[in-house]
Amino acid sequence: MRPLTEAETRAVFEKLARYIGENIQLLVDRPDGTYCFRLHRDRVYYLSEKLLKVAASVPRDGLVSLGTCFGKFTKTQKFRLSVTALDFLAPYAKYKVWVKPGSEQSFLYGNHVLKSGLGRITENTAQYQGVVVYSMADVPLGFGVAAKSTQECRKVDPMAIVVFHQADVGEYVRSEDTLT
Amino acid sequence: MAAVRVEEVLAAAEEQEAEKRRSITVEKELELEFDLGNLLALDRNPPPAAGLRGAGPRREALLRALARDNTQLLVARLWELPAERAGGAGGPVVARLPEPAFRLPREKPPPRPRPPTRWEQFARLKGIRRRKKTSLVWDEQAKEWRRRWGYRRAGGDPARAWLAEVPEGADPEEDQFARLRREKRERVARNELNRLRNLARAHRAGTAIPAAPLHPTGHQSREELGHVARVARVSTASLGRFQPRLPKESAEPPSRNGGRKRRFEPLLGNLADERSRQLQLLRDMGSKKPVLDITRAVNKQLRQEEAEAAANKGKKQSQRGKRGRRQQRPGRSGKKSGARRQQQQRPAGG
Repeated sequence: MRPLTEAETRAVFEKLARYIGENIQLLVDRPDGTYCFRLHRDRVYYLSEKLLKVAASVPRDGLVSLGTCFGKFTKTQKFRLSVTALDFLAPYAKYKVWVKPGSEQSFLYGNHVLKSGLGRITENTAQYQGVVVYSMADVPLGFGVAAKSTQECRKVDPMAIVVFHQADVGEYVRSEDTLT
Repeated sequence: MAAVRVEEVLAAAEEQEAEKRRSITVEKELELEFDLGNLLALDRNPPPAAGLRGAGPRREALLRALARDNTQLLVARLWELPAERAGGAGGPVVARLPEPAFRLPREKPPPRPRPPTRWEQFARLKGIRRRKKTSLVWDEQAKEWRRRWGYRRAGGDPARAWLAEVPEGADPEEDQFARLRREKRERVARNELNRLRNLARAHRAGTAIPAAPLHPTGHQSREELGHVARVARVSTASLGRFQPRLPKESAEPPSRNGGRKRRFEPLLGNLADERSRQLQLLRDMGSKKPVLDITRAVNKQLRQEEAEAAANKGKKQSQRGKRGRRQQRPGRSGKKSGARRQQQQRPAGG
């Protein structure tokens, strides 16, 4: 377990900024305690200082997970956000996409969101912008990347993909073994 | 008239004299304490209480006057010291200062004690204490007091020992004299090794013991030579950037970790520091956002395209209207106006 280096912090923040923009400050600088990011076995964890002090006393090979896992660094040092970060990112999301009840299940099974399943989308969403996917009852379902901007979404045909799937809460069941 | 003028002149001269003397005489209630070895003058007089409170030019002036007076007294004392000429007859007049009386505190921290050697640790553990040995030993054969070791030692000169018994269980063919010499050499070498190890341990522990006496030249290991060469390279004014290199030496500067793996921040380091660094990083990242708002640019482009598409549509319809004028006259105007109305509406909605 170690703190992130400068380059790693930059990679993580850039990824987070695609979804929550400048609200990352609210994650870094919290009024209710000191929270920090730590790296353990290529996975980035977000935890409070209290928890960090306790976790520091666990031996390295016995430590499985600590705090909340935000994502992991791949072999080529790219940061991939995981669904376990949803609870922290959903409240601060800038661009949101609401999915119709009919295609909720499809998204939760790992498929992309088609135009026919699109309920609402935040105005001024750019193409390839990171979005958080909600159900119509405002329950966060996962992350995605907007395949088309809001303007284009209006004109495109119903079977076109509008949101690429990145992570969804169905992974808690599907990848139960590999999720930390 | 002349007398008056003379009196005036004398009075004026006296004024001037008094003025001069006033500038070099200082009156103090309590005498100052001087430590001329340190060029120190201690003034125990209570300061003028009224003027020193609060900042301001008056306070400055008072303090300056106080300093001037005290310096005057110190300099007067210095002038009273025995003087001599430094550097021969033509050199400057120099006062010989007495020994300093005031003890100044240490500039640097005191040196740390060296760590105990392996023997010292063992002795402490076992409770072994040093027994004072006598310098002379009674030699039974020579019937006199002889040194313990050295010239004319008790027990005879070991180089002149003409008999070396073969111990039990030893190889009868073995040369005992050679064995004794070899063992002595080994003992000496082991002792030297342990002494150097103790020095190295003390040096590593950070005491004031320098590493220089560790190995005499000619007996240095490859790592030590490399380290010394690195230090010598960097000890130039340009920190070793323009030093000539050997043909096979690498050109990049040596890593600060000395070839070891990369160093990370401590796990539980200063968290507030970490937080402020991260916020700074966020600010830097935020400031580099592109000025061009891609969404707006794309929307503008889309609107333009839609407008063009609508214009083309309108043109096509008007063309068709020209050809099929008679059949489509009632519908034509409707379609055109409809298209124009659509055109006007879309920019407002987009």
